[in-house]
Amino acid sequence: MDRQAYSQLEQQITPKTPIALNLVKAFVTGGIICTIGQGIMYFYMYFFDFTERTAGNPTVATMIFIAMLLTGFGKYKRIAQFGGAGSAVPVTGFGNAMISAAIEHRTEGYVLGVGGNMFKLAGSVIVFGVFSAFVVALIKTILVKLGVVGW
Amino acid sequence: MTASFLIAFVVGGLFCVIGQLLFDVAKLTPGHTLCLLVVSGAVLDGFGLYEPLIDFAGAGATIPITSFGNSLTHGALQEAEKHGLVGVITGMFEVTSSGISAAILFGFIASLLFRSKGRP
Amino acid sequence: MVARGVIRFGNRPTIRAAAVAAGPTEKKNSPFSHQFDRLYDSDLIGQKTNEQAHRQLIEDACDLALNKAGKTISDADYLVCGDLVNEMTPSNFAAASTGLPYVGLFSACATSTSALAYAALLTEVGAASLVLAGAASHHSAIERQFRYPVEYGFQKPQNAQWTVTAAGFAAVTPHEPGYPSICQATVGRVVDYGLTDPLNMGAAMAPAAFDTFRRHLEAAGTEPEDYDVIITGDLGAIGTQLFRKMASEAGYAVEGERWRDAGKEFYGGDPAFFAGASGAGCSAAVYFSDVYSRMMEGEYRRALLMATGALLSPLSFQQGESIPCTCHAVELVMGEGEGR
Repeated sequence: MDRQAYSQLEQQITPKTPIALNLVKAFVTGGIICTIGQGIMYFYMYFFDFTERTAGNPTVATMIFIAMLLTGFGKYKRIAQFGGAGSAVPVTGFGNAMISAAIEHRTEGYVLGVGGNMFKLAGSVIVFGVFSAFVVALIKTILVKLGVVGW
Repeated sequence: MTASFLIAFVVGGLFCVIGQLLFDVAKLTPGHTLCLLVVSGAVLDGFGLYEPLIDFAGAGATIPITSFGNSLTHGALQEAEKHGLVGVITGMFEVTSSGISAAILFGFIASLLFRSKGRP
Repeated sequence: MVARGVIRFGNRPTIRAAAVAAGPTEKKNSPFSHQFDRLYDSDLIGQKTNEQAHRQLIEDACDLALNKAGKTISDADYLVCGDLVNEMTPSNFAAASTGLPYVGLFSACATSTSALAYAALLTEVGAASLVLAGAASHHSAIERQFRYPVEYGFQKPQNAQWTVTAAGFAAVTPHEPGYPSICQATVGRVVDYGLTDPLNMGAAMAPAAFDTFRRHLEAAGTEPEDYDVIITGDLGAIGTQLFRKMASEAGYAVEGERWRDAGKEFYGGDPAFFAGASGAGCSAAVYFSDVYSRMMEGEYRRALLMATGALLSPLSFQQGESIPCTCHAVELVMGEGEGR
């Protein structure tokens, strides 16, 4: 059997990704995580001195704290197996990427292991976030200076 | 208030659906997918579109990773407004520090408390 | 010479004893667990790191195999083994603590049979009276090296496979009647059909399995019906289907109980483990428990072991390379009249 025929056979036999089901699971999982976030946001708004605009920061920190517990007790990977992007896209997924790397590399010591590897997975998100934000902000600032658009 | 929860659920869920499409249809790795979403958030804020979405959807827009890109651009633009071009660089983390500092802090604490478990 | 890459053992080296040590997930989920010689309740096996636990697994399996053969470490002449961790440090450390002359073999998950073939060669030429040969893998140690941190949330597809925590070792001696003996081995070629998905290793490895299968049978002049069992290493549910499809298109009859796959059977088809098990310890654990004991009991008189290996690294994958694969075959016979 040549490569081409094999490749066709392989695609035939390998189970198809259940895309529709995965989308529903991602929607529900992500939706629930964001609803919990909304609840935490209200908590900070009603019990502390936060406004709708500023409550985002403590909410994110709290969500990452929850992600730490779920990751540490081995539950986050199970949620992710069910929810896919539903648990990867929320900020808890970002937290999970950093926390899981930190736990995993503990055996190589705190400096080289935990410190050196914490950003192993999440680092690219920060790099691309910062670089794209720089480009966008630079373009916009120049356009404003030139009087093309306003702030 | 019930409506705001519902909106957060739907909008947040839709962000995740986009992510899942990038996983399953575009066959991107989680790393590529998240980078793409962060870049989209940064670009959306450049057009001034992300803040209205936050006003509308609350946590549905602040919890997905796209809001990270939005906050980075937002901080840079705020500073640029005050200090000109230099602000683009100095203001970047002005708004978004909480997510990263929380992740570093809790990551470190987790490494003290937990061990990974190789179970399904 | 029989054929390129095919070795026939006229002196019929014997597998005098075989033993398996396995981790807690295997204890709980593998239908073979009652045949394993030692099962641990912790992934760390009382060690500080996964890699140390991996080393301990190898040392314990070696000890168990020697015990079952009624020998001690001072009777052994060589240690021939390998694993999947970078530079095979668990095997290297285990070799250091045994103090035996050591050959480290990297054939990825095909190491169980490549080690067996190498051990048979050493015995055949009279260079050894006892060789410890085997392979091992440790889930957490391998997973974090080849994929992501163990606790990272990541949706695995149905064609993914689960790396086992297990070590299987055999004590190979010059011919002794009453034990399974090695009559032929086929050294695998590296076959690359251009597949690139590291979560679909079974599909990548199936062509390598078929290549070795055909070469082995042609050299031996046999048909599948001549074997009581033809057992591949860790093709899993998907790879097994592909391998059999390739074989049946080439005119071999692939139906019946003699066609087995260690990876597919390892966790009893539990969907929590997706398409089945993988890892160097997977084939070693099944060959050196289930298959070995069935040969000792006389159920199998002639067995073809074909462990398959995907020879990729995270680096080669990230650089966009395809997955080169191999498969090494070892034929075992029981009793004098069988085989050639």
